[in-house]
Amino acid sequence: MSSTLVCGSIASRWALADLASSAGAQRWHLALHRVFDSDLWWSFRRSPVTVGAAVISLVMVAAALLAGWIAPHDPFDPASLNLLDATNPPAWLPGGSWRFPLGTDDQGRDILSAILYGSRLSLGIGFAAVLLAMALGVTLGLIAGWRGGLVDTIIMRIADVKLSFPAILIALLIDGVARAMVPHDAQTEIASLVVIAAIVLSSWVQYARTVRASAMVERDKEYIQAARMIGVRPVRIVVGHLLPNAIGPVLVVATINLALAILTEATLSFLGVGLPPTQPSLGTLIRNGNDYLLSGDWWISIFPGVALAVLILSINLLGDWLRDALNPKLR
Amino acid sequence: MAEPGPLLRIDNLHRHFDVSPPAFERLLRGKPRALLKAVNGVSFSIGRGETFALVGESGCGKSTIARLVVGLYRPTAGHVLFDGRELSRRDGRRDAALLRGRLQMIFQDPFASLNPRWRVRSIIAEPLRTQRLVAGNAALRERVAELLSQVHLSPADGDKFPHEFSGGQRQRISIARALASNPEFLVCDEPTSALDVSIQSQILNLMKDLQRQLGLTYLFISHNLAVIYQMADHVGVMYLGRLVEIATAERLFATPRHPYTRLLLDTIPSIETIGRDRPSVAGEMPNPIDPPPGCGFHPRCPFANDRCRHERPEPVDDGGTLVACHAVEEGRLAGRPIQRTG
Amino acid sequence: MTGPVLRVENLRVQLPNRRGILTAIDNVSFAIEPGEVLGIVGESGAGKSMTGAANIGLLEPPLRVAGGRISLAGRRIDNLPDGAMRRIRGREISAIFQDPLTSLNPLYTVGRQLVETIRTHLDLPPAAARERALSLLREVGIAGGDQRIDHYPHQFSGGMRQRIVIALAIAANPRLIIADEPTTALDVSIQAQIIALLKRLSRDHGTAIMLITHDMGVIAETAHRVAVMYAGRIVEIGKVREIVGNPRHPYTRGLMGSIPRIGGARGRLRQVEGAMPRLNEIPPGCPFNPRCPEAFDGCRQRRPELMPTGSGSAACWLYDKSAASMAAVADG
Repeated sequence: MSSTLVCGSIASRWALADLASSAGAQRWHLALHRVFDSDLWWSFRRSPVTVGAAVISLVMVAAALLAGWIAPHDPFDPASLNLLDATNPPAWLPGGSWRFPLGTDDQGRDILSAILYGSRLSLGIGFAAVLLAMALGVTLGLIAGWRGGLVDTIIMRIADVKLSFPAILIALLIDGVARAMVPHDAQTEIASLVVIAAIVLSSWVQYARTVRASAMVERDKEYIQAARMIGVRPVRIVVGHLLPNAIGPVLVVATINLALAILTEATLSFLGVGLPPTQPSLGTLIRNGNDYLLSGDWWISIFPGVALAVLILSINLLGDWLRDALNPKLR
Repeated sequence: MAEPGPLLRIDNLHRHFDVSPPAFERLLRGKPRALLKAVNGVSFSIGRGETFALVGESGCGKSTIARLVVGLYRPTAGHVLFDGRELSRRDGRRDAALLRGRLQMIFQDPFASLNPRWRVRSIIAEPLRTQRLVAGNAALRERVAELLSQVHLSPADGDKFPHEFSGGQRQRISIARALASNPEFLVCDEPTSALDVSIQSQILNLMKDLQRQLGLTYLFISHNLAVIYQMADHVGVMYLGRLVEIATAERLFATPRHPYTRLLLDTIPSIETIGRDRPSVAGEMPNPIDPPPGCGFHPRCPFANDRCRHERPEPVDDGGTLVACHAVEEGRLAGRPIQRTG
Repeated sequence: MTGPVLRVENLRVQLPNRRGILTAIDNVSFAIEPGEVLGIVGESGAGKSMTGAANIGLLEPPLRVAGGRISLAGRRIDNLPDGAMRRIRGREISAIFQDPLTSLNPLYTVGRQLVETIRTHLDLPPAAARERALSLLREVGIAGGDQRIDHYPHQFSGGMRQRIVIALAIAANPRLIIADEPTTALDVSIQAQIIALLKRLSRDHGTAIMLITHDMGVIAETAHRVAVMYAGRIVEIGKVREIVGNPRHPYTRGLMGSIPRIGGARGRLRQVEGAMPRLNEIPPGCPFNPRCPEAFDGCRQRRPELMPTGSGSAACWLYDKSAASMAAVADG
């Protein structure tokens, strides 16, 4: 309800941008009041699991964003590293100290700080990938659903072809191509962009299909016919009328895909084809620590792993709740 | 300015839908192409200021005609002439926006005809903005308030969303939106069929008042003969994509000619015929993809003869009424008055 | 069998939601005799479909029966456990719904669905059940039953499908059929056929029928008595002839007046101002009072129960002969 309300407000505002000048602030107040009074919020409050998941996600996102301020050290500043601090165990084990609460890795980097900075990178890539995939998928889905016919067939067959490849394989493919095409020294700079592109190209189809289905249902409804009758141009119909009504299910897909995007990036980095060691995300950290797992320095890999798992789980739970809560209204 | 002659003229209009199974299936299983002739040669005209009703059961093609008139479908053959000008040519070019504003439509479903995500004032303002009828926000706001009052809603209702209104109120909003572009001609596709009876009379009265105040012409589509009796000046009865009878409302209800019209008038459940044991009526409307040869009504017609089974009847003038029936033409059937109690 | 087939007393159906408890059906009472067709008429939101659902035990949670009693042939059924209610459903009470397309399973032949229903309620071997299915198809007027019994629902037209649904409903010879808008989705000329069928069945088998619809024309032709519902309550009940010809309750009068008729003058239609209140906005006193042209103070304060009006009953203070404080009691 709140998401659709936002879309409704956006669409209305877009259509009547100038009409809403005066009572702007009051309208925000009313809108917020509506959100907190809505059925969605009530269903949210009733489910402790969801509230817990939301809190954890928010905390992790906030921590990641504020990494620069709250991290005890900057693990990527080579000047601050001291090899003598290397492979310290976590603080509560013998040999550890509270200066490095979760221990250090083989280079003396503080694991806690590394997790904070790494989460920032993982989340950043995840959000960027999801937003771009949504933009691409929703656009193609709207075009396919609205036009139908040959355009629809072409887009959907491309989507089918894409679906026949596993996501990781596509990501590896794109990564390989990028590596071949880009000179070696530039590779580290664009590594994150390549990862984002890989995730986008491997996940846009879900959005396209969902939006296409909604668009095909809404397209035959009478309010769309009324808009055509008024003489509204097709682009404006699709963006102003169709999009707000078709976007609901997409938000659910996006939330769940966020977790998937983070995981995909972690997998790619773990496999060595994602981010380079100088830009560690959670995946790279896990990879780095992998070598030390069996030699007894387990904390280098396990803590980033736990952080990743908790992040993905809480986002997934949020997505599950969102899907169930929006379901009866997704008609 | 306004040319003499009918405001709307439909001339031998056809609209076919290709409902063949996909090419692959046709190849594999040798299935033939299937053509749904939703509108199969319809002609009539509507004068200024009058209400012309199209009546028929579901599948007869009346809704298709509505959409052909407003341009949501393009005709497969035939012409739609609005104020003497061809409304849309088959190559897809639309006529000027000017023409668009003069012709508007009101839909059947009050729930699906308004965008659930838009506020009511945006919905009503959309034609004003698209056709640039009003300049400036203040003027826009004023005009929207004016339109809302015209349909007996309050200007404050503009801030709400459609789902906050009842069916009847939503239909008023639809009417306000249709009136925004100052139309001359309104196509009303079953505007009250989805409403409760006591709300229906409110909306019908509103439509009558607006017609008088604004000089509107209506094409009124319905399956409800009683509503049509109240609203229409002329009536066209449709069956399987063709017009079987066109007459003034008085003549149609007093002396129906075509056997199908008589069937309709005889069989509608009415509160005036309490406990009536009606004679049982045969058959159902055939599948429009595979209509019977000759006159489409012959399988159900008690007066069908051999000619009816092979030859399609053309409309014939029978004392002011146009009827497409061999039995009427051959004089086998005289117009008879309908008995009405009360 | 003596006594009414169905007796509903003070039925109350409630809907708990996060804002409190809404009363969807409020103190509704009526009875249906064997062989009688009782029409329940009202506009959308009046609660007529819910009444039908409550009687057959098919209320969707969180809706629930919160008070009153429902008795079938003298036996109380509103408090039965699920298993017992399931045995009654189909056998003693059956239902016909609006959309014949969704009432039939598209994956099974008509014959199979009929036989399944027959064998569930009557203990018959397969051959005898099939015989009975064929005779049912004949009875509802489907020609060529021998072949058509093995056809699928999509091979029948809308009117035919509704006949099959009726055949399913009468398969176990129930005492009561609840028909919820059985003709609304059908063409006008087919409606007449279905109405005739229902009337014939009730006459021949002595089946009681609860006919729920918003279409007064259908009620006028089919029902013996009719109950008019408004905002979850019955506001008037009586013989069809009386209710249609001489309605007492102002709402019924408004309703009858606003039905367009063929014949007579073509002027403005009578209209009733306003709209039926939503469940959470029912005004105190008589629920119709904001829209009633004859409302007075007492109407806004106390809720009227059904009172005799000479020919039937109406829930309206205008017919209250006892209270001395009422001003100018109308004579109808």
